[in-house]
Amino acid sequence: METRACEHTILYKEQLSEEVFLMRVTAPLIAEERLPGQFIILQVDDNYGERVPLTIADADVEEGSITLIYQTVGATTHKLAALNVGDAIVALVGPLGRPTHLEKVGKVVCVGGGIGVAPMHPIVQGLKEVGNEITVIIGARSQELVILEDRMRELADELIVCTDDGSYGRKALVTEPLKELCESDPKPDLVVAIGPPIMMKFCAETTRPYGVPTVVSLNTIMVDGTGMCGGCRVTVGGETKFVCVDGPEFDGHAVEFDEMMKRLQAYRAQEAKAHDSWHHEEHTCNLVKAAAEKA
Amino acid sequence: MSHITPDELNSAAEGFLKELQARTEPLKPKDRMQIPGQDMPSQDPDVRRGNTSEVALGYTPAQAMLEAQRCLRCKRQPCIKGCPVAIDIRDFVEAIADGDNAKAISVIKQSSLLPAICGRVCPQEVQCQAECTLGKGLRDPEKSVSIGRLERYVADWEREAGQIGTPEVKASTGKKVAVIGSGPAGLVVAADVRREGHDVTVFEAFHKFGGVMLYGIPEFRLPKAIVGLEIETLQKMGVQMVPNFVVGRTRKLQDLLAKDGFDAVFVGTGAGLPKFMGIDGENLVGVFSANEYLTRANLMRAYEKGKAATPIVSSRRVAVLGGGNVAMDAARTALRLGAEEVHLIYRRTEKEMPARVEEVGHAKEEGVQFHILQNVKQIIGDEHGCVKQAELLRYELGEPDDSGRRRPVVIEGSEFLMDLDTVIVAIGNSSNPLIKQTTPEIEATSWGTLVADESGKTSMDRVYAGGDIVLGAATVILAMGQGRQAAASINTLLASES
Repeated sequence: METRACEHTILYKEQLSEEVFLMRVTAPLIAEERLPGQFIILQVDDNYGERVPLTIADADVEEGSITLIYQTVGATTHKLAALNVGDAIVALVGPLGRPTHLEKVGKVVCVGGGIGVAPMHPIVQGLKEVGNEITVIIGARSQELVILEDRMRELADELIVCTDDGSYGRKALVTEPLKELCESDPKPDLVVAIGPPIMMKFCAETTRPYGVPTVVSLNTIMVDGTGMCGGCRVTVGGETKFVCVDGPEFDGHAVEFDEMMKRLQAYRAQEAKAHDSWHHEEHTCNLVKAAAEKA
Repeated sequence: MSHITPDELNSAAEGFLKELQARTEPLKPKDRMQIPGQDMPSQDPDVRRGNTSEVALGYTPAQAMLEAQRCLRCKRQPCIKGCPVAIDIRDFVEAIADGDNAKAISVIKQSSLLPAICGRVCPQEVQCQAECTLGKGLRDPEKSVSIGRLERYVADWEREAGQIGTPEVKASTGKKVAVIGSGPAGLVVAADVRREGHDVTVFEAFHKFGGVMLYGIPEFRLPKAIVGLEIETLQKMGVQMVPNFVVGRTRKLQDLLAKDGFDAVFVGTGAGLPKFMGIDGENLVGVFSANEYLTRANLMRAYEKGKAATPIVSSRRVAVLGGGNVAMDAARTALRLGAEEVHLIYRRTEKEMPARVEEVGHAKEEGVQFHILQNVKQIIGDEHGCVKQAELLRYELGEPDDSGRRRPVVIEGSEFLMDLDTVIVAIGNSSNPLIKQTTPEIEATSWGTLVADESGKTSMDRVYAGGDIVLGAATVILAMGQGRQAAASINTLLASES
């Protein structure tokens, strides 16, 4: 094993939508070890930068790369999106978290909301490989934000796309087709839901009356990602669990979503400020650039 | 208690030293016993609670020589037995008294590799200094020779004089050793094994090296530059340091041996899984483990406002639960981050506090308010799920428990409320579960610590362990002691196979 294996260079970059980017990054060891459901933590600055958890959307063992798909929401993801092919990501660690439990159960519905379709991708692959029949529901605010549709169409036995504004597919929330599937015969044996917390909460509420086991993948605030800080803790079935080492996947019917959503807001003001100052810096830079060009 | 300035301490020491040096006849034990013990010069509490610079400033040369003269040079040398790495304490103290700092540091380095760190964070008062004949003679262990401060003095002298050399490394043996974790145990193993000529690779999960010395112990108690220098020395010795690498996840422990050609592995992954109280309201926004709070502040540098991207809450009224060194670190960090009030809540009395007396003293000087014989019953939140108050209970001491400490017993009906916006839980750590989760072959106790024999050997062939992953949450020096032992075992194993 060479230390070069621990360097992470961007091999490919694509903007999937206004806010969503895909990057393929060298990470041969992670590509080899990663399993569906796992995530990495990265930093764009290893002195003052924050550690951001991102799910692994895909991996290529031969190329020695992993695929990251992320939405630019805060200062760090914006800085990441500003990097280009050939640039290095200074710190990237993983794969973290417990992998998805893959088992043939029969009929599985996979619900991916927004950027949640990215972590869903390897899980659909894995569940398919062990012989499940899969329906994928993709949900997005609008057509522009639908990602990985072609890939999911290849993998799934059935694909349903919903948008909030009706600009593409069904004008519906993902819970609508999910409810219909729960009412159909035979009903699903398993539902996996990944997306914004509010979506996962309502997916779990939708399946609860039908008694369909529902797995959700949580993306809480983390610092180290190895069990050390406990910042990611959630209440599941009345017990405190750490998302990084006990999860990220949990029984959606047992997760206390309201508490989790409040905890996700903990740094909202500071995050907004960091984002603004990043924006300001970028803006200033562009102005300076423009001035330089004129001169 | 009014603050004595470093200048005042130094001129008093210089005056006394001059008197001693003017004497013609050699000092008798009785004379030595009359030399005043030297206080550690420190930053003024009112100033230091507003900065992150080191609190304890270190002895001046006059203070060090005078303190070293207090050593009775007794034949029995009970201090050595109190030292987990058995430093020849009398010899190094005597060298300082003679003004031979170079000799003093070389004596220490025969036994301890990281004196600048140990001199700062070792609990000497329960180790070497607890055994000191002078302390016993004066019937006050606090009046023992300040061995730790002297150790720090010569280690700092060596560093500041640019005297730190790179230890000699024997010719390459071609054997490879993996060290998991770059905390105190791992660093000691890396150095000891590398010196024998084996190739050493240290794997660290974080992006910076040093383990608890970096993420946990704050700058004001252990400057990061000192830890950084030790890492540099290891790198100069040819130790490979790999950050962002979680053994168990990035690579399985078994694969290091089976696929990557390592001949032995040392596991020093520490006690990284914070315990919580299990009370209502513990998952409210504003409740942190001390690990998280300190990691945000130290490793992620949240104290450098405007520079660090990792946020930390801006607190006004903070409660810290616990009475150990980590609780003191968290309380004092909260003050430095701008909290108006910091309340330390501990359910026994100050006598039972596991924290070092010196740290308790520093915390009090800086304005941390101590609430002993109290504990939090529940934490109460506002409509946004943020901490608003805590309900506390008062305790009294009952019969001694298994640990020999008197058991705190709840006073019924003693509930009262305290207004707070932040609660930091510092009641200890369990062992990090990652190695156990991903290495089913390795034997662990029901508490999650790894089972290792006296030589550091685990149930897995060629795998050794030490430090908090074996001890549960303990100290830097005990981790180093175990590291030394494990390194010796690894060196013996590899020598027998060459």
